[in-house]
Amino acid sequence: MLEFDDIQHLLLTRAPALTARYEFLSFRNGASGRAWVSAVKETIHSAASMRAGVDESKRWVTAAFTWNGLRALGLDEASLTSFPEEFKQGMAARAEVLGDTGMNAPEHWVGGLASPDLHAIVILFARDDAEHDRCVSEHEKLVASCPGVEALSALDLHAIPPFGYAHEHFGYRDRLSEPAIEGNHIEPTPGSGEPLKPGEFILGYPDEYGIVSDSPRPEILARNGSYMAYRRLEEHVGRFREFLRQHGDTAEEQELIAAKLMGRWRSGAPLTLAPEKDDPTLGADMQRNNDFTYKQMDPHGYAVPLGSHIRRMNPRDTAHNMNRRRMIRRGAPYGPPLPEGAPDDGVERGIAAFVICASLIRQFEFAQNVWANDRNFNELGNERDPIIGAHDGTLEYKIPKRPIRRKIVGLPAFTTVRGGAYFFLPGLKALGYLASLNG
Amino acid sequence: MSNDSKTQDWSKPAAMAIPKGGYFQDKVEQGRYGPVFPKTPACYGFSILAKIISGREDVFYKYAKDIEATIAAQPDALAVLQLHYLRWVLFPIKGDTYFMYQGIFDTDFDKYTEDAVTLFGITGLRTVFENLEGFPMDWQTNAAAFVQFVRDHQCPSFLEYAEYPYASATEIKKALRLKAAFSTMLDQMQ
Repeated sequence: MLEFDDIQHLLLTRAPALTARYEFLSFRNGASGRAWVSAVKETIHSAASMRAGVDESKRWVTAAFTWNGLRALGLDEASLTSFPEEFKQGMAARAEVLGDTGMNAPEHWVGGLASPDLHAIVILFARDDAEHDRCVSEHEKLVASCPGVEALSALDLHAIPPFGYAHEHFGYRDRLSEPAIEGNHIEPTPGSGEPLKPGEFILGYPDEYGIVSDSPRPEILARNGSYMAYRRLEEHVGRFREFLRQHGDTAEEQELIAAKLMGRWRSGAPLTLAPEKDDPTLGADMQRNNDFTYKQMDPHGYAVPLGSHIRRMNPRDTAHNMNRRRMIRRGAPYGPPLPEGAPDDGVERGIAAFVICASLIRQFEFAQNVWANDRNFNELGNERDPIIGAHDGTLEYKIPKRPIRRKIVGLPAFTTVRGGAYFFLPGLKALGYLASLNG
Repeated sequence: MSNDSKTQDWSKPAAMAIPKGGYFQDKVEQGRYGPVFPKTPACYGFSILAKIISGREDVFYKYAKDIEATIAAQPDALAVLQLHYLRWVLFPIKGDTYFMYQGIFDTDFDKYTEDAVTLFGITGLRTVFENLEGFPMDWQTNAAAFVQFVRDHQCPSFLEYAEYPYASATEIKKALRLKAAFSTMLDQMQ
């Protein structure tokens, strides 16, 4: 039985928010940090309270901590040591494993995210701009009342029009594939697989092997917690559109190129089910738009190229141990949309997302290392994920096609990692435990 | 994660001398569990050497029969490991019995070991490593300890050679399938 009243809402629910703000904090002393935790805890929804009051609520708050942050709050050495190695090292130290090299390297990150001074994140999702501004002002007052707490940086986020469906700056429909969790009372959409054991995402519960992790300790800290990999990914919209123009003579051809990079049309319709022509009705139909596999339907990648983004990030029935590699994704776009036809304006825009899982090394890092950035994934030889892989202009992209495949050489980087961090997302009781530490 | 582009010429045999320690110090690739042994013309691989627990020789021979039967019943049981070859060897040193497990595969060292832990967990296969001195008996819940044991007992090659460098098992099987398809086609043309 999941303890819905103790699990932070972000893990199990998606807030109906149009706007968001992520604030990154540093604790200059433990007492101030604990005072901040104690105060902010009162604003955090559990999954239970979020669901009960979703119609009335206007804002949803989440708090999470880096390993350095837990130390700054006064957590003892035995407990600090009990965390997994990759979390202790932090995302910046894992750059090479993740493919965060070249322009993606931590030395180029913004907002102090690569710094050991990054201790905590507070995530605000708000229903509208007025509530966003009110909450930001409230939080400013809270930080001002905790003199040892310093705001390192903040990122404001806003859904991009049209608001009827979730999408990012390149125009792809988002939030189409999410694993369901046993006991969470959410029916998986067709094609999303059976609900997975909670321990794949939430600490303190059995995972797919029936194992309950004994890390971290003490148990009160671990229970109902999870790990979050934060990624701030700039999207080079002008470069992306120019690429489509270069490789497609007509609007239809350009749409097909965009679809071949992703594995779905920008409407969300999967190429497995709509290989020749976009089908926006299919794209919007959650009962159909995720209901496909590869082994039988598209073994050679004639529909969804073998190296496309969705085939790498979720190889479905063509990878082993898939149930041990699934992840929950939350997040939103940031930056102003670039109007169609407008030249690139040099303004940063992108997507700032959280990957939530019980094991960063087995789930998130595996996906980055083996799926996104392995040049030989699916025997492709000289490719990486065309959307989120590390690119320096020397790699290629192959589109299987009868009789002869199409090969695009010199694929540019459509995205750049501008920051990231590993956070521990505690349950509400664990937040109370952290707030009550002596240090 | 392989950083190698597949630009090597499979038709030209190649040898690679590997420095002491198993890594090229100027280009050590970091894997999820530590530095990754380099890919050579003979692909990825390992040679794990360890002393067996005294008196356990018979377990290894029984294990061989079990693996033989498992593969016969389920030929793709080890597919996840992306193997070319595995060799299991027992040999004596000064009255003790040692075990060597040598594998050549296309996935990197960390992924191989992690997949192996998962595979043993799924199939209920016991790993014969349980009969080696120093092996962590909590391996089923502690992938990191399994990986560490393998790393600690890995004896890296100092030289590797391949008659058809860098070709993956998948590519070799594709070539054989193609040959079979052409043979069938030619038969049909008679």
